[in-house]
Amino acid sequence: MPIFSYLAIPRSGAKESLCAELSALEYCRVIPAENHEVVVLVTEAPDETSEEALQGKLKKLQGLQSLSLAFGYDEKLGRK
Amino acid sequence: MKLDRRRFILSAAAGSAVATAGALFPGISFADWPKITGNSGVVSWQKAPCRFCGTGCGVLVGVVEGRAVAVKGDPNCSVNKGLCCMKGYHSVQALYGADRLTKAKIRKNGEMVEVPIAEALDLVAAKLKETRDKHGKNSVAIYGSGQWTIPDGYVASKLFKGCLGTNNVEANARLCMSSAVTGFMTTFGIDEPMGCYEDIDNANVFITWGNNMAEMHPVLFSRMLANRKRRTNVKIIDFATRTTRTSAAADKSILFKPQTDLAVANAICHEIIANDWVNWNFVGEHVSFHKGKTNIGYGTEDNFAFTDQDEAIGFEDYKKFLADYSPEKVEKISGVSAKDIKYMAALYGDPALKVTSFWCMGMNQHTRGTWINNLVYNIHLLVGKISTPGNSPFSLTGQPSACGTVREVGTLTHALPHGTVTDEHDRKMAAEIWGVPVENIDPKPTYHTVEMFRALDRGEIKFMWIQVTNPMVTLPNLKRYRNGAKKEGHFLVVSDVYPTPTTDVADVILPAAMWIEKEGLYGNSERRTQHFGQIVNPPGEAMSDTWQIIEVARRLGFEKQFPWSPENYIEKIWEEYRRFHAGPKHEMASYQVLSERSGVQWPFVNGKETRWRFNPKYDPACTNGKAFDFYGKKDNRAWIWARPYEPAAESPDSDYPFWLNTGRVIEHWHTGTMTRRIPVLHNAMPSSYVELNPEDAADLGVVNGEKVKIISRRGEVTIPAQINGRGVPPRGMVFVPFFDESYLINEVTLDAFCPISKQPDYKKCAVRLEKA
Repeated sequence: MPIFSYLAIPRSGAKESLCAELSALEYCRVIPAENHEVVVLVTEAPDETSEEALQGKLKKLQGLQSLSLAFGYDEKLGRK
Repeated sequence: MKLDRRRFILSAAAGSAVATAGALFPGISFADWPKITGNSGVVSWQKAPCRFCGTGCGVLVGVVEGRAVAVKGDPNCSVNKGLCCMKGYHSVQALYGADRLTKAKIRKNGEMVEVPIAEALDLVAAKLKETRDKHGKNSVAIYGSGQWTIPDGYVASKLFKGCLGTNNVEANARLCMSSAVTGFMTTFGIDEPMGCYEDIDNANVFITWGNNMAEMHPVLFSRMLANRKRRTNVKIIDFATRTTRTSAAADKSILFKPQTDLAVANAICHEIIANDWVNWNFVGEHVSFHKGKTNIGYGTEDNFAFTDQDEAIGFEDYKKFLADYSPEKVEKISGVSAKDIKYMAALYGDPALKVTSFWCMGMNQHTRGTWINNLVYNIHLLVGKISTPGNSPFSLTGQPSACGTVREVGTLTHALPHGTVTDEHDRKMAAEIWGVPVENIDPKPTYHTVEMFRALDRGEIKFMWIQVTNPMVTLPNLKRYRNGAKKEGHFLVVSDVYPTPTTDVADVILPAAMWIEKEGLYGNSERRTQHFGQIVNPPGEAMSDTWQIIEVARRLGFEKQFPWSPENYIEKIWEEYRRFHAGPKHEMASYQVLSERSGVQWPFVNGKETRWRFNPKYDPACTNGKAFDFYGKKDNRAWIWARPYEPAAESPDSDYPFWLNTGRVIEHWHTGTMTRRIPVLHNAMPSSYVELNPEDAADLGVVNGEKVKIISRRGEVTIPAQINGRGVPPRGMVFVPFFDESYLINEVTLDAFCPISKQPDYKKCAVRLEKA
């Protein structure tokens, strides 16, 4: 159950379309900022295979300028 | 609604991203955040100081359903004004690592087995009593921490010094700031900085002396950068032994050869006098000149003893002493050009510039740590740049309560909450407040930290209780002390929150409540006392370190000295403790005031905090009617010391041609036991490394990530190389962070220390390298 959160920066003027694209993806939850061109993305893939597939889809999004990791959790990494 | 593990992690993930966005885009708002976290949106916020360094940032901890789920900076705390660093923002996740210690364990037939905590406390008390009865009062010891809360340290001192009659009380702050203490005591006769963080908002020049503030004190460094951006005449000079992120952000980076900061500081004074930049009015009214012993040794031998002896000298004697330290002569010793020495001297000497000097471990972890503290004070005193806004020699502290718990409470072998064990008046005061016979308090100090672990190795100490620290990673020359701890006939008790190499050698492990799982107080670098309430419950049978000590004290028959109840023991302890500091030089705020505010600076007199000491405009303890009152010394003056350059305990030679320097990284706190359990920090910096100069790496035939064996006369470590990373050492030096227990770099370091402060030097020893 890998869980990650990111700050997603949309391309200029593409915040709404990016939110729509992200919301359409499986395992993604979107929290758009009210007053900045910034979107918080939280992902919750059920396993590593799904996580890799999701990563591939995120890289192809048209409205996405950059994605910065803010938090990462994996059962394996969570236990030292 | 119950908050399950998955929902908690989701909440933490969303909270981290929102907090990060808040740091990058001030004022940013996320109305939909509560929806994703699955809670009602009702987050309760309570104040606390961050526990991951000595800056003392105020944080607000967000709690949902009894779990800490978010952190934001406390805008009411003047230290950080709402900003935090990455460790602060993610700090609450350290509470919830999967392998938290929640039950007590005792060693039975070589195996650690879980027992009820009451049984473990019975055993601790019984073993303590048995050892003391059989081997004498100095066969038992407690070793604590600058991460102890003030009540933790206070009850430890009261039990061991007041009730059990042994001065075997030490704390890991001996390893991080005792040179700062002896520097203050020898120059000013009283401990802790005269200035405060508001100096940052007033200074024109910042000189960092071997201090990588960008990584170690990032919130204060950000404040410096913000001032440089906002004001036109602000400069940052980084004076260091290796190039770091601080060097990259500075206006000028000046590198010196290890240990030669002593010579450069003297050369700056030489230049100030040669150019007549001396503030003669200030020096004539407020300064006296002194010299002490020289060739004072390094403490590498057991039972090393040293006592300095001061001798008054005149200004002309001091000037003559400095003749050996012209910039041109010192250039040859230090590698710093005479031009750069003169440049720094000109900054200090220019009466139009306000100058603040910052330092931390670079000057304090130094075999002449007391001396280099004295020498930087010399510079400020010669030009009179001290105790006024923006003019500050400022020793930063590494741990959240190294000042509050270790320096103010006096959890070192020689100290008491007020004064020292050698002083009869101080012993009488302690005995009266503690309710013990004055004869209980031994007038003779016993072991400082390194010697305490040597005594454990030698078998003189047979019972040791370790709380809130991890010496089996942090002690220098570690192999000797780990082997010593494992010897038969010892009984070791370790109170901690996670398994560590120190709990590995324990006979009893006590699960401890961590940070906001208990009520407590810290004291930060700028004399600020910070109270925090219990915000969440500790897991399992975890118990505050204070209450563990109280439980054992009562089992030993000291109910009268430890009469408090679980409901209000912190308040009662605080009000007892603050009696030691009554008076204008050190008056502490009441529990009531501290619980309401985001920190209060002492002396706190008539409802007013003291920003700058020794200056009657700000300091109520000044009484001499002059512009300054250095009331710590009997002559009412600050002391300038003639202290020479002397080489390091061990320098590179043909067999071991490299300097080894050790330290921290921004992502991790000390030995990483907490921050390595925060996934976002652990993933950012998953393991340690050795920084190599690119040309040395090429000579060795090593590229990034390849393993290098670092070998000293004491041990060796094989570790991946980092070349042109965040830090770059000069040729002939390597640097290794110590946060990673997989690479115990302290098996390589040397247990030499400053003979005055007894603080070890983790920054200098000789090693050789091999490609692994």
